[in-house]
Amino acid sequence: MKTFLRIVAGLVVVGVVALLAFIFVPVQRSEPAEALAADWEPAEGQGEYVLHASDCVACHTSDDGESLAGGRAIASPMGTIWSTNITPDPETGIGDWSYADFRAAMVDGLEPDGTHLYPAMPYENYRLMTEEDIRALYEYLMTEVEPVSNEVQETELSFPFNLRFGIRAWNWLALTHGPGFTPADVPELQQRGQYLVEGPGHCAACHSPRSVFMSQDGVTADEENFLAGGVIDGWNAPALRGEGTDLAKWSVGELAAYLATGRNAHSTANGEMGLVVEHSLQKLTDEDNLAMAAFLKGIDGDAVDLPESFAAAGPTSLEAAEADNTGSTTAQMLASADPDMPLGARLYMDNCIGCHFATGKGAPEIFPELQGNSMVVGSETMPLISVILNGAEVPSTAKRPMSLRMQGYGERLSDDEVAELATWLRGAWGNDASAVTAADVAKVRESDHGH
Amino acid sequence: MARQEKKKDVVIVGLGWTGSIAGIELAQEGLDIVALERGHDQNTVPNFEYPQQIDELKYGVRLKMMQKPSQQTVTVRRNGDETALPYRQLGSFLPGNGVGGAGTHWNGLNWRPQEVELRLRSYVEETFGADIIPEGMNLGDYPVSYDELEPFFTQFEKVAGISGYAGNLNGEIREGGNPFEGWRSEDFPMPPMPTTYDSSKFRDAAAAMGYHPFPASAGIASTSYVNPYGMQMGPCNFCGFCERFGCYQYSKSSPQTTILGALKRYPNFEYRTQSEVLRVELAEDGQTATGVTYWDEAAQEEVFQPADIVILSSYQLNNVHLMLLSGLGEAYDPLTGEGTLGKNYAYQMNGGISMFFRDEEFNPFVGHGANGICIDDFSISQNDFGAEGFIGGSYWRSGTFNGQPIRNMPLPAGTPSWGAGWKQAIGENYGHAMSIGSHGSHMAYANNHLDLDPTYTDRHGRPLMRMTFNWQDNDLKMNQFMKSKMEPLAASMNPDSMRAGFKGPGAEYDVRPYQTTHNTGGHIMSENAREGAVNRYSQSWKAHNVFAMGAGNFVQNTQYNPTGLVGGLAYHTVNAIRTQYLSNPRPLV
Repeated sequence: MKTFLRIVAGLVVVGVVALLAFIFVPVQRSEPAEALAADWEPAEGQGEYVLHASDCVACHTSDDGESLAGGRAIASPMGTIWSTNITPDPETGIGDWSYADFRAAMVDGLEPDGTHLYPAMPYENYRLMTEEDIRALYEYLMTEVEPVSNEVQETELSFPFNLRFGIRAWNWLALTHGPGFTPADVPELQQRGQYLVEGPGHCAACHSPRSVFMSQDGVTADEENFLAGGVIDGWNAPALRGEGTDLAKWSVGELAAYLATGRNAHSTANGEMGLVVEHSLQKLTDEDNLAMAAFLKGIDGDAVDLPESFAAAGPTSLEAAEADNTGSTTAQMLASADPDMPLGARLYMDNCIGCHFATGKGAPEIFPELQGNSMVVGSETMPLISVILNGAEVPSTAKRPMSLRMQGYGERLSDDEVAELATWLRGAWGNDASAVTAADVAKVRESDHGH
Repeated sequence: MARQEKKKDVVIVGLGWTGSIAGIELAQEGLDIVALERGHDQNTVPNFEYPQQIDELKYGVRLKMMQKPSQQTVTVRRNGDETALPYRQLGSFLPGNGVGGAGTHWNGLNWRPQEVELRLRSYVEETFGADIIPEGMNLGDYPVSYDELEPFFTQFEKVAGISGYAGNLNGEIREGGNPFEGWRSEDFPMPPMPTTYDSSKFRDAAAAMGYHPFPASAGIASTSYVNPYGMQMGPCNFCGFCERFGCYQYSKSSPQTTILGALKRYPNFEYRTQSEVLRVELAEDGQTATGVTYWDEAAQEEVFQPADIVILSSYQLNNVHLMLLSGLGEAYDPLTGEGTLGKNYAYQMNGGISMFFRDEEFNPFVGHGANGICIDDFSISQNDFGAEGFIGGSYWRSGTFNGQPIRNMPLPAGTPSWGAGWKQAIGENYGHAMSIGSHGSHMAYANNHLDLDPTYTDRHGRPLMRMTFNWQDNDLKMNQFMKSKMEPLAASMNPDSMRAGFKGPGAEYDVRPYQTTHNTGGHIMSENAREGAVNRYSQSWKAHNVFAMGAGNFVQNTQYNPTGLVGGLAYHTVNAIRTQYLSNPRPLV
């Protein structure tokens, strides 16, 4: 018995020591994946380009704030996380950070004092970036960005998420991949695409599912669930691979156009993806957007047909598509204009058909297709309800400068009517998704989810 | 003491079609530009939202998109013996207001002039002799030819997104297009719009009489469209709310759908709304402008905006008014023919026939502003002026363009205009009528001109502009000729009844009923400084850094809607500024 107690006491001591060590022993920073020559310098514009490719601005800028000065609320399952000031201001920004400090944040999710960053900062993905890119980004932030003094609100999550040492344990589970990029055995253009998608683009942060520990289930292209679809802040981030996905139906050029301009022959980017297009993707070169599109298209080994160009300037006349076999019954029902048609269909005729047509096919590059649209049939119904209530906006981009705005119908339609309409849309033209209730609509209306 | 703003390379007065064109083309040169717009900002969403926008009473009748006479108006008289009175309620013509200008609320009818229309005096003299030119008609040639403008017509049509079918492709006449149009270097950027029932009925009747029907060229998208600036339009749904309305569907060609989004991305471009330009300021020697003074509505004060180049791109009436107020030329004197500003104000001479078919359904609510099948068989290049005794021509069009119940209720002749009989006639006739319109040329005359009113002033204390205008025998004869040709065609379609509306001999101008907002001339282009206010590049003869855009340049009005020529001239002008003027600012002629 005594021995047993001694063993227990011993284990408790070991456990406490381990816990104390876990909390207080500094975390080791990863070594750089590759060594740069002592006289290495980034190419002109490289750092700013990496900044765009990494979409830093979208999170580290508040709605009315200075660029990169932080203060944006990032909704997470654990609570609101406030993004930090990454301008080189010594007091409130990263002005005092050495390059090793900066790399540790990007690769290991560590602040200079060893505090763990919340993984809203996608270091799971950024750690795949090349040493050159991380260094170029650092040089750019430190030397070309104006310091902005902006004290950002402290992130205060509730227990137990406020115990940042817990992230250390989480990192053991999440950071199973080492730093640096490993190209797949694909042509060079697709490798470039793979790098942008996996690393700076951190697509998996939204488009991969989450494990039970809330880490990304699929960070690199060799993992089965990589980009198999996720949910972020009430939005479906659709699967970017596999049968029946939007991407399976899109050509490489159409996908590249979507990335660069937020619109293509089938769909438009709204919500979170709209921000990605606005702040990041439209600023990348055509070749890089094409590279990402080519990589995604070929991710499961499908043939990749590269277009000569995409989203070229006009004049271009694009005919709207006719109804297909799956959608023809709905199209004919609408065209019959029978007064006894269901309420949802009638609401569609009164409000939506002018742009999206009886075919549900919309019109290329301007009015998105509703048949098979991942937002219309998604498991999350908030986005569809929100777009009906509040409208949507595709941002102005370099290659397609028109800001495409759909008006909202919140003042015109009651909760019941929006539910009828949304439910009908989720079953029209061969769509097959669950019904929406008036209570769902009321919830969205109250939360004022304007996108 | 006026506030002074930082100097700009270019100040643009009015952000409609031509101001937007000047803005984007000069922004591409890296120039620092400000556009001053009297009205409000507006965009498809939220300003033209469905269904608020398709409110006929608010926009069609109460004219909420238009300039208010209290903001600005003209005084009107028919001739020098009358006293002009203010145009206090909009009727005959409807100048627009706000960003996009009339380009937001037009019908979308986009035409090029015929080749002979740009050298009409020479054509008449060569073909029929100078003797046929009536006393008092200021018949002129444009100082720029169709061939010179052709690339710029094409450029504008690509930007504006015009649907149609070329009838003359590089000289080759194509079946189904307009065989009498000027040559086109390329086909239209979008295919023609589909044809409504009334249009197809007209097409068949016209073809049976040996005429040459073709689809109207439309600033309305027949497909999705991307223009050279990457701007976009969506296919039209034939809702029938074009003229007097903004388009909620992104289908109508406008500065909003085709230029402004791209223009606003230029960091070297800015625009200020609620900023009404009061005058162009000239340097002491009067040879150049130093900028413009405008009224800042928000600050309630005058502001001086210095600039190296002044682009006058407001509506024709306002352009002429500003030039008169600023001394950018001498005012035209109709008695002596001296002076240039206000000269050759012209308009449009229109007529038409409504036909009633008890047993036919036309669904007039299905349509758009530029819907229809046209013929050009009685156009300027086709008429024998010597034999018929007039100079001019028209194009005809048939196609529903709105079925709006307040204003579009054609009823047979003899119907009571109120009460039970009127109601009964509406019940019997709505949807059973179609029409053919004749859209005709209007020549320039010594009598018809613009100058400053001696009595009335605007809210800024500036004299109002005075319009002296009346119909003239030449154009009324042209109109009667059209009636004589149209009636047999209409009769061949066997309507139950028909009702013609063509002004005839003795008709006098009436500002009350709507006629057209095709006000032209007043700062006309000319070969020399004696005959007009601007040269072939729309550059002021008086101050070489002032360029005046728009229909004020028209020597006399053409038989067509003016936008195509306005757009072509605008691209011609900005091309001259880019390629000739910027490197060496000077009079280009």
